[in-house]
Formats: sequence, C-alpha cells, structure tokens
Amino acid sequence: METKLISSVSPHFSGKRTTQKIMLDVIIALIPAAVASFIIFGWRSLLIIGVCVASCVASEFVFEKICKRENTVTDLSAVVTGMLLAYNLPVGIPVWQAVFGSVTAVIVVKQLFGGIGQNFANPAITARIIMMTAFSGTMTSWVIPASIDKVDVISSATPLVASAKGETLPSYLSLFLGTHGGCLGETCAAALLLGGLYLLLRGVISWHTPVAFIATVAIMSLICGKDVLYQVLSGGLLLGALFMATDYSTTPQTKWGKIIFGIGCGLITIMIRFWGSLPEGVSFSILLMNILTPYISKLTRNKPLIGGAKK
Amino acid sequence: MRLHGIKIPHKKNTADCAPVRITIPETVTIPMSMHIGKPAKVIVKKGDEVKVGQMIGQADGFVSANIHASVSGTVQKVEEMVSSSGARIPCVVIKSDGKQEISDDVKKPEITDFESFVTAVKGSGVVGLGGAGFPSFVKLSVKDLAKVKHIVINAAECEPYITSDTRTMIDKGEYVFKGIDALKKYMKAEHFIIGIESNKPEAITKMKELASKTDGVDIHVLPSIYPQGGEKVLVYNTVKKIIPKGGLPLDVGVIVINVTTLAFIAEYLETGIPLVEKCITLDGSAVKEPKNIIAPIGTSVAHLVKSAGGLKSEPAKILYGGPMMGIAMPSMDEPVLKNTNAIIVMDKKEAAPMKTTACIGCGACLNHCPFRLDPRAISRAYKLDDSEQLKELCVDLCMECGCCSYVCPANRPLVQTNKLAKGKLRAYLTAQKAAEAAKSEKEGK
Repeated sequence: METKLISSVSPHFSGKRTTQKIMLDVIIALIPAAVASFIIFGWRSLLIIGVCVASCVASEFVFEKICKRENTVTDLSAVVTGMLLAYNLPVGIPVWQAVFGSVTAVIVVKQLFGGIGQNFANPAITARIIMMTAFSGTMTSWVIPASIDKVDVISSATPLVASAKGETLPSYLSLFLGTHGGCLGETCAAALLLGGLYLLLRGVISWHTPVAFIATVAIMSLICGKDVLYQVLSGGLLLGALFMATDYSTTPQTKWGKIIFGIGCGLITIMIRFWGSLPEGVSFSILLMNILTPYISKLTRNKPLIGGAKK
Repeated sequence: MRLHGIKIPHKKNTADCAPVRITIPETVTIPMSMHIGKPAKVIVKKGDEVKVGQMIGQADGFVSANIHASVSGTVQKVEEMVSSSGARIPCVVIKSDGKQEISDDVKKPEITDFESFVTAVKGSGVVGLGGAGFPSFVKLSVKDLAKVKHIVINAAECEPYITSDTRTMIDKGEYVFKGIDALKKYMKAEHFIIGIESNKPEAITKMKELASKTDGVDIHVLPSIYPQGGEKVLVYNTVKKIIPKGGLPLDVGVIVINVTTLAFIAEYLETGIPLVEKCITLDGSAVKEPKNIIAPIGTSVAHLVKSAGGLKSEPAKILYGGPMMGIAMPSMDEPVLKNTNAIIVMDKKEAAPMKTTACIGCGACLNHCPFRLDPRAISRAYKLDDSEQLKELCVDLCMECGCCSYVCPANRPLVQTNKLAKGKLRAYLTAQKAAEAAKSEKEGK
C-alpha cells in the first residue's frame, strides 16, 4: 500500500508555547496574591475568587455554545479574567455582584467583540469600572484585614483614600505585605512582585510596560512632592502594571509601543490620584490607554529592514 | 542593532557521522531543473549510452545550469514529470549498468584567468548547495571585480538536523581553503569571512587551524540563533551592512558562497568531475540510523532510505532540507537533487500538525522577525486584499525563514500567508507597471 505523506508548506517545526501554556503561566503568577489575600482577608477571599473564576468560565462556555462558536474554555483565558476581576474587588462584595461582574467581563467586554484576542479593552478592568459605577457602595466598603470572619465588619479606608483625607497611614512594611484595606488581590505588593518576576523570567511579559508605568508614577510623585514609595506600593498600581497593562490583545506589541503605553498609564493614574475626585486611577488609566492602543501600534510599528537605496 | 531570531532545537545528531557512500541505484531520475532559472535542455535521447560526468542537459539561457549523468548506463526514457514545486519538468531516467564508468569528457579544466575560471565553474554544473540552488557561475560573473570587498562563506548551517556542511568543513576543510586560494587568484578577492554557528565546535577548530596558515581569512563564530544562514542575516552579522530590498549582496560589496559549494569548486578544478553526487544528511524521527550519506543525483528517496538502514516507523512527512524551510515531498519516489542537503523523514508524532487558534496579539511574530516585518498586519492586509498596504508592509522582503510561525502560540499560518501575500503583491505590482506603460504609450502618441 502506498503510504500517504503529509504535504504542507514550511515550517515543519513549531515552538512548544501555546495560548493555554501562556495562560497557565499567568495563573501560576497570580497564585501568590491569592495566598496572600487568604492570609490577609480570610476565607471569603477564596470564595470570591472561586465565584469569579467559575462564573467567567461558565459565561464563556454558555455564550460560545449559544453562538455555535468554537469552545475556548480550555485556553484558560476565562480563568485569568476571573482571577483578575476577583483581585479587583473588595472582599466583602456580595456574591451576586461578583457574578454580575464576571458575566459582564466575559460576555460584554470579551465575547461580543469576537472572543479571545479580539477585545480592545481589558475585560477585568472594564467590568470593575462598570461595577464601581453600578455598586459604588459595596465596591468601596473596605474592611480591616481578617475582620470579615468576625461578627462586626469594621470598615477601613484604603491607604490612598486615607491619604486623600489626610488620615493616618499604614507603615511601608504593612504596604509591602498588604495588611491594610483594599481590593483582595491588590494589597500585597510582595506577592504581586513575585508573580510579576515569574512572568518576566518565563518571557510571558516584557519589562517595558511595567517599568514605564511604575517609573512614571514614581517620577511624577517626586515632582509633585508626594511620598514616592507610598504611591508605588498602594492602590492597584502593581496589579495593574504587572498583570493588566501587559495583557496581549489590548496593549501595543512593540517595545516602544509598550513604553508609550506605560508612560500614558502612569500619567493618567497620577492625574486621577492627585487632581481627580477619585482616590485611585489605575483602572481608568489602563482602559483609556487600551482605547489608544491601535494608534500607538500604528505609530510604533517596526521599520522593515530595507537597507539603503539599491545601487 | 541586533537582528531578531529564534532559539530552536539543533538536533545535530549526525555531526560525528562521516559520510558513507550508498549502493548505486538501479535507475536514477534526473530533472532538468535543480536550480533557480530556466530548466536545462535535454541533449540525450532514449537508448543513448551515458557515462558518469557526461553532460545530459545543457544550460539554456544565462541563468541556468548544466546537468550531468550521475551513473553509467542507458537512457531509459526522457519525459515530463511533476516536480515537488508543482511545475512540469523534463526528466532523464537512466538505467544503471552498475559499472560507474567515468566519461571521457571528464578532464581537469584549464584555467588561466577569471573568464576561464567562470567557464569552468559553469562547466561543473554547480549550483548553490546550501539549498538555494542559484547557479554559482552566475553569482561569480562579476563585471567589476573591484566592487567585491569581502567574500562571505556561508557555513552557518542554521537548520535543525542538517550536518552536511559541517562534514564538508571537517572532512574537506583543505578543499575549502583551496577554493579560497582559487578565488584569491582569479577574482583578486582579498578578504574572506567564514561564518559558522557556534554549535559546530569541531568544524570551527578545523577552520581556525587552516585559517591560521593563510592570509585574509577570518572565522566568524555566529550565535546559534536561527536563521544565521539567511543571506541578508549572515551579511549583516559578518560585515554589518544591510543588503537593500530587492538588491544583491554585491550592492554592499559582498559575495556570499556556501561552504560546500566552494569546496566542490576546488575539487572540480582538480578532478574535473562535475556535480554528480551529493552528501546528504538523513535524519528525522522515523529514521533508524541517522547518518550522512553520499548519493548519486537522481537517486530516489526510497532507495536512499532503504540502503541507509531503513525506517523504524511509518513515515508521515518527508522533507527536502531542514524542518524550518524544507519542502515536503509528495512521495518517496522523488529524486535527490543537486541542492538537496538533507532528507528528513518524520514519524506521525513529529509531523502532527498543531491546532490553530485565535491570534491573541502577543506580538511574538513581529518581535522575532529578523527583518522586522509585522506578520499579523500582513495577514490582515492579505485577507482584506489590500495590496497597497502589503507594499507598505514590505512583505516582499520576507525570506520565509519561518520564525513567525514557529513562535506563534496560536500556531497561525503566518509565513504561509506571507508567501501568498508576496504572490499577491507581485501580481499587483506587475499590473501596476503594465498600466503605467500603457498610459505612457498612449500619452506618447
């Protein structure tokens, strides 16, 4: 019998990296922050993360079934969206609101634009902004770490809110370890930096965006006479700069594009923090820069290597 | 500035295998096109007796190459066959008498000057043996020799598996330097650079040792980052000059020649035996004993594989050349060509295609393209049928090295689309030119 040979065009080798493996790396990088949130805020943080992940995955699965699209649940991107959204919520958020946010993120922001790779805005960030507007009460009721298990829920301001109101601030150490009020995944700088370092070493993200973003915030804080370390370690800056501003489909792909994106995020964050009426501006800065991404990409496209004029 | 590239598995399993000669096949099928340019004209007919080294196809036009019988015997038939590129090519099938008698035409070429040197190179039928198959004498026919500042010898061999150039350097290193001497003498070339990827330590040692005995030869050890052997990449990494788009290495004062091609030319100048056999790396997951073999040109892959130890599993894909740029052949009856440097036989697992998923915009393709192209944008422009955009994106610069497809986590057919886009742009530019010509003719009247 004649053997049938595969006849395809080159290349006949392909790399080992797949979308699924990239997403798995992001999930691994997000685990330290999950552990930290459990230690700081208790069991409820794991409940919220679980609810968000489950409802993101379910939304993706059901929507794709209804639309007869290819099922992409196994690429794990919905899991990442769920984790990131959960990290952006206060631990006391009602479960139904967390579900609402997840459905919005996956269906409205991601699937309606064509699914993975086609959305122009970061699903988790956009969902968080919608929730901030829709549930401004629960979305800003921060709790003192680990008090959620007790009968009385004592509210506590986030460092940035406290700073804006001129109240006493937590120490640098507390900021670094995350033992203060805030969204469940954003408070522990140490865990986020560990995760970010993992993504850098694995080559999943490049240093350009996070460094440009954080450096811009630091320099602008210095110029404006604010406490630099405070501005860098508090709020959602590290979570945003390391995990959300490095999202592939919603940010530029070239080196300079990433740097411009990071600087833009930093400037908008500072403007909102210092002169806006909201205490925190990381989410808005990333969303606004997401919108500018196609233009930044066009502006910073690599110049093909055409050499000098042909002789 | 550093050119981008990718780290790929080297799989140089056969680097230590000195080439062995296979048994002479019963028949050989020699296509008249094993080079870039016009196919050669068949000058034998059915029933003719031929001997090894006898010309059977004559170069037709300037860019073409002579073709010689690789076995002694009788011409069984001359007929058109479909080559692996899809074109219909006249082929000469010779039934071997097993004697391998050398033709009387074979004699040491007499060389006195540059012109007779080029004529001799043409007579040998040699083409770029690195895989490109460009007739070597055309490349060496430089009108103004003063323009040649450097001769870069391509010994990068950046494709996985292939070690035939490595073996040339180790086994025929002296011929490489005899070739250099010939180019010094007849082309008045003074500066030579041998570019070798760092993953061939034995070859590097040998070349360095030989280079120390002569003047004007630099050994340039290249990083083992694919594609160092791409002509433009090699020229940039050795002499730091960018060959202009649509131009030749000569535009920056360089001639690039493959190391095996050069060694062959030197050997031909001594023996006068034209290009009738080839050292080939036989490897791949389905091959029982990976090795380097010397086979007459026109040997079928089936015979080659059988006489070299056979396969250990069912073949799923067979390649001419390496896995990054090689051509998949439709059947095992395909012959070994002049520019075949490897036959890779992949088993089902190695050849299994990966699933293509949606682009996630990671930018790996454009951040790994040696020429800084944007394969994602090219794919989009191709789908939108936007030739003007394709022109702007310089898709015609693409050398089809495959880095973009290799790194893509979604396994998008990027280089494959680039190939199609290049064709589209070519058609568009031709039509544009024709329209302009028609317009100017009209205005002229």
